[in-house]
Amino acid sequence: MVTLKVNGQNFTYDGDPEVPLLWVLRDELGLTGTKFGCGAGLCGACTVHLDGTAVRSCSVEVSDAADKTIVTIEGLDPHGDHLVQRVWREANVPQCGYCHAGQIMQAAALLAANPKPAPDDVMQTMSGNICRCGCYQRIAEAIALASTGA
Amino acid sequence: MTYMFDPEPIPAGAIVNVSRRFLLKGAVATGTLVLGASLLPGRAMAEWATGAGAMPGGTVNDPHVYIAIDPSGLVTILTNRSEMGTGVRTSLPMVVADEMEADWSRVQVKQAPGDETKYGNQDTDGSRSVRHFVQPMRQCGAAMRTMLEQAAAKRWGVDPSEVKADNHVVVHLTSGYKAGFGELAAAAAALLTPPVSTLKLKDPSQFRYIGTGTISIVDLHDITTGHAPYGIDAKIPGMKFAVVARPPVVGGKLVSFDATEALKVPGVEKVVEVKGWPWPSKFMPVGGVAVVARNTGSAIKGREKLQIVWDNGANATYDSGAFRKAMEETASQPGLVVRNDGDADAALKSAAKVVTAQYYIPHLSHATMEPPSATVNVADGKCVAYAATQSPGGCRDDLAKILGLSVDDVTVNVPLLGGGFGRKSKWDYVLEAALVSKTVNAPIKLTWTREDDIQHDFYHTVSVERIDAGVDASGKVVAWRHRSVAPSIASTFKAGVDHEAPFELGMGLVDNPFDIPNLRCENGACTAHTRIGWFRSVSNIPHGFAVQSMVAELAAALGRDPKDMLLTLIGPDRIVDPRKSPGVKGFWNYGDPFDTYPIDTARLRRVAERAAQAAGWGKTLPKGQGLGIAAHRSFLTYVATVAHVAVDDHGNLSVPNVYTTMDCGFHINPERIRSQIEGAAVMGLALAKNSEITFKNGRVEQQNFDGFMVARIDEAPLHVHVDIVPADWSVPASGVGEPGLPPFAPALCNAIFAATGKRIRSLPIGQQLST
Ligand code: FES
Ligand code: FES
Repeated sequence: MVTLKVNGQNFTYDGDPEVPLLWVLRDELGLTGTKFGCGAGLCGACTVHLDGTAVRSCSVEVSDAADKTIVTIEGLDPHGDHLVQRVWREANVPQCGYCHAGQIMQAAALLAANPKPAPDDVMQTMSGNICRCGCYQRIAEAIALASTGA
Repeated sequence: MTYMFDPEPIPAGAIVNVSRRFLLKGAVATGTLVLGASLLPGRAMAEWATGAGAMPGGTVNDPHVYIAIDPSGLVTILTNRSEMGTGVRTSLPMVVADEMEADWSRVQVKQAPGDETKYGNQDTDGSRSVRHFVQPMRQCGAAMRTMLEQAAAKRWGVDPSEVKADNHVVVHLTSGYKAGFGELAAAAAALLTPPVSTLKLKDPSQFRYIGTGTISIVDLHDITTGHAPYGIDAKIPGMKFAVVARPPVVGGKLVSFDATEALKVPGVEKVVEVKGWPWPSKFMPVGGVAVVARNTGSAIKGREKLQIVWDNGANATYDSGAFRKAMEETASQPGLVVRNDGDADAALKSAAKVVTAQYYIPHLSHATMEPPSATVNVADGKCVAYAATQSPGGCRDDLAKILGLSVDDVTVNVPLLGGGFGRKSKWDYVLEAALVSKTVNAPIKLTWTREDDIQHDFYHTVSVERIDAGVDASGKVVAWRHRSVAPSIASTFKAGVDHEAPFELGMGLVDNPFDIPNLRCENGACTAHTRIGWFRSVSNIPHGFAVQSMVAELAAALGRDPKDMLLTLIGPDRIVDPRKSPGVKGFWNYGDPFDTYPIDTARLRRVAERAAQAAGWGKTLPKGQGLGIAAHRSFLTYVATVAHVAVDDHGNLSVPNVYTTMDCGFHINPERIRSQIEGAAVMGLALAKNSEITFKNGRVEQQNFDGFMVARIDEAPLHVHVDIVPADWSVPASGVGEPGLPPFAPALCNAIFAATGKRIRSLPIGQQLST
């Protein structure tokens, strides 16, 4: 039995403790905001915060997340008004939108660690998140907006 | 309650901010449903003729089908097209809202389930949504506005000509009486739909939303909070989770399997065989073994433990290296003549100079960020599916067929698509989920892992394109012979196909617009050994890459400026009609009438000139930098791109700027056109620089994003400057989703040549610049 603290709520999971956290969030807890893209740590679609750090939930065994503080896109802000969510809307970033839970969680962690990241840091940190629709120009714009205090 | 269509009612009094919410999840029923008597005004009449009527289901323009108004004034507009990132789920309802004088902040959008008889064609493919539906949707909105005005006139006992709908209110012009849309809804819904011939469309100068680019997509808020429902997120109570092990080679089949170890994996509940159809069989499942578990992670772990014996079949010999050699050999020989103006062979023989180049463009995988996934319940003689599909109508028909049900007993709901690019117009994964659900007697969410997606896709074709161009003593290009060799998409539908189909030849080969007297197109024989399918912009990718690269190669050979060379080849303003060229059979103009959408070289020239001007063509750039241009008509739209590249001493490529001009005729949402072009630059960079699917022993060699490389932010063009040619209602709307892609790769490679003197003829570029 694994106890998970997700978005301020406690959940228990009685299945295989080695299953990736991603699938427990999505399939067992119904928190489908966190997305599956590659299952191999290559795309960032599944990014969540584990004790404040951005991690790929497809590459974390659920038992390793036990008792830690997990925040998913659904819990980033109670009203969906986290700075990163706001600038994402202001810049009309998404196309299909599928990658953006991961993009937003990654960008939120980046800005929490460094509210004014240098462009190279932005590129390096965000390069782990794939957007097949190609929203990169607007992702860069949105992060720039956030770091200038929009 | 007054509704004009019957799906989930909306709670009375709810004012829904379109930017915040839409009711995909349904709401509480309140009160009675008063359905207006509906007089279908026939299939939409059109101001400009389109091919929409020839598509399954044609078009529907009846507000009784598309619009509901509740007493609070909340307007619900249905959309019949799938949303995969183009913004169509916002754009077409915006047309209805604008035309009916609805206030967009009091409109919500609802997705129609698959039913082409009721909603018109739903195959969201071929960049057709706006060009086929902007007219019916305007008519639909205008009819609704007329009915609201008629209802108000009746209430006040005045002549309908004296009342006017204006931003969610109907006003009596002389008395100043006012009634809100909500107050009039019941009476309006009871009216018959007025005939199209009586409708007055708004004067375009009165548009509130169309053309302004100020409206954000309706799902924006939900996307940023994780609440937007994608296909892969669908939930049916009691559902189980499945993945499938499929034959590694197309045409292969299951011999036997042993599930003993798989069943020991915690969470795994069942292992069952999935029926497969022999290749080729359109979008039918290839078969295999399904592992059903309590969650997808357990299903994946279980699948790893399966012991399976496959019969790989005849395609086990497919090898990309050998296949390329064979294609090149074919391209060195005459092929089937598919266009033959003048006498290109003779003109090449007598030319003062012949420039020859051969290009290679590999297989590609769509790699939508949301992999194929469907959630299906087959129970009690019915099938309910939630499927991220571009084609819910066709999907529904095939579900009915394989399950032995009537289509009326099959429901295909369409959540958002996490990318489509043509992959999700093939519904094999939905059929798989239905088969597994039926077998295990439970609702099933079936997910393709990324490895499944990359290894079992319907791949973009692989091409060798060879062009020989002859130049006379005065430097004029007098001969052009283009040989295209590529397995055809038609091979996915039937056996024995060894040439490109007319719809592929029409994408950048036989529709060549150049002013060259001796122009010959040939198509060499080529047989597919995997499933070939549409990939965003389809055959325009290889054809456009070859043609637009060759323009710059000719410029280099003749010492001319590439842009001037391009404009010279485009030639004087005129209509090029391939139907009149010898050898062209069944010319395919994207399924639309040539008279509405001719090949207009003035428009092609104009986009090239505008893009060049925006880029400052001719400016001096530092060493290692260069500009390249390409212009291409596809999906009836004209696009030119200038790429600005920088290549450092180590061969590292960056793209500081991209300038793209698009002429897509009348358009609805320029903001979403810009995003499509920005995205096309990124996808174009990916396919030019990184992406390649290769086969060895019939199997795809790439597995995931470490093998099949797409573009990442640190290499992507981040300054894509978009110029949309203004156009009023007199210029028929044309495609947007796909036509941005074809010019990118040739513009990029032409720029690389300008920067480095290195000519790229084989994609992807990979390490070619560092060697
Ligand atoms: S799904 Fe986890 S990184 Fe791609
Ligand atoms: S918006 Fe579609 S993958 Fe990023």
